[in-house]
Amino acid sequence: MEAWIPLLVFVALTCAVPASMFLGAALFGVRGKKNTPGTYDAYECGEEPDGAAWIRFHPRYYIVALVFVAFDVEAAFLFPWALNLRNMGWLPLVDMAVFLGILVIGWAYAVRKGAVKWQ
Amino acid sequence: MTLNPWLHGLVYGLPVLLGVMGVGALASWWERKFSARMQNRIGVDVFGPFGVLQPFADALKMLQKEDLVPRGADKTMFFIAPAFPVVLCVVLLGVVPFAGYWDDTGTWAPAILISNLDIGILWVLSVSGLMVFPLWMAGWASNNKYALLAAMRTVAQGVSYEIPMVLAALVPVIVAGDLSIARMVAWQATHGWMVFSLPVVGFLAFVLFYLASLAEANRIPFDIPEAESELVAGVIVEYTGIKSGLFILTEYLHTFIASALATAMFFGGGHMPFLAGLPAIAQIVLSATAMLVKTSMLFVSIYWIRWSWYRFRSDQLMELCWYYLVPGGLVLVACTAVSVSLGWV
Repeated sequence: MEAWIPLLVFVALTCAVPASMFLGAALFGVRGKKNTPGTYDAYECGEEPDGAAWIRFHPRYYIVALVFVAFDVEAAFLFPWALNLRNMGWLPLVDMAVFLGILVIGWAYAVRKGAVKWQ
Repeated sequence: MTLNPWLHGLVYGLPVLLGVMGVGALASWWERKFSARMQNRIGVDVFGPFGVLQPFADALKMLQKEDLVPRGADKTMFFIAPAFPVVLCVVLLGVVPFAGYWDDTGTWAPAILISNLDIGILWVLSVSGLMVFPLWMAGWASNNKYALLAAMRTVAQGVSYEIPMVLAALVPVIVAGDLSIARMVAWQATHGWMVFSLPVVGFLAFVLFYLASLAEANRIPFDIPEAESELVAGVIVEYTGIKSGLFILTEYLHTFIASALATAMFFGGGHMPFLAGLPAIAQIVLSATAMLVKTSMLFVSIYWIRWSWYRFRSDQLMELCWYYLVPGGLVLVACTAVSVSLGWV
């Protein structure tokens, strides 16, 4: 637990950076006197923005997120295994080969289905 | 010398924070000079000798800008998003040892280290994994189609490249048998740097970590989130003044911190030969210098790539990650695990 305290102090110190910059911007930032009608429009390369920006997006992002979750959960299991590998003989290797083998099959399936292919 | 842990955080945290902010400011000046040199220009040269005061002039200018919130934006999220990236990347330095020395028992002890966290690597990976949230918040809250598209791509890229990064980080974890970065450096001080002690595999793991870091820090060839020529300025397009400045500062800091992490994990951190036998203070000074030199070399290489290469398309980026880097990372982990079990390293 002792090791977390200095880290906590460091995180708190670091928070002062954006805080001071926000404060500085609030103190020194100018306020527009004569804003033109376009001042608060979204900047979309000079075109007048048409409708809200919250448009529909491609489902491929959703699939990438799904594949990511599978691998990310796997990473959580890999770390305790990696720590204790030394002097444990062959059994952990076989265990992990089976575990990763299942994951690799899943990966091959995703690749075959074109899950991360952009079209 | 053991300090009260609260005091320890303050005594080491404050210089590290100020130092890294100085590095961020200097880096923005240095990159402009460096890119100018590569393009046969002069670059900034008005403020201070060789224009070195330019970052401070920039910061002063940014502070004076009007703080605009675009019409229809999600005001709260738009306001708070720029505060997070800089915090999320600087706190990674809390577990990185910047120097070390051979203590009386003949082991390599960390010297300039804020916290010797037992799960240092997990702290680094999990906190840098949070980085996609503020970028997504910024892109979503801006009510700008370019920002939203950039945010989608940023998140897809950020989460995808986390996997190769984790796999690359597993290699030193398996070899050193420890999650603490300080003890990883200590292992390398006695057994040789990670890139050498594990022939070929160690170096490939470093390359994988380096590529994933480039992607996480949104640097060319993986700078989709910014992608000036396609997405205007990506997620930061609607931000004015110091808020866009915070995002830009974060990119410099992120590359520097990723270089420091790669140095600690693969290039022995502050370890250098010929230190044993010197007084502790001399060792600390020399090893801090060694750490800085190694980190700077990696840092320079990132910007060298940035100014001489092109940007991958968003789909090429995903294919590179999922078709090559992820399986490659699994193979590296398997090779490392077998070598360790056979007792080769």
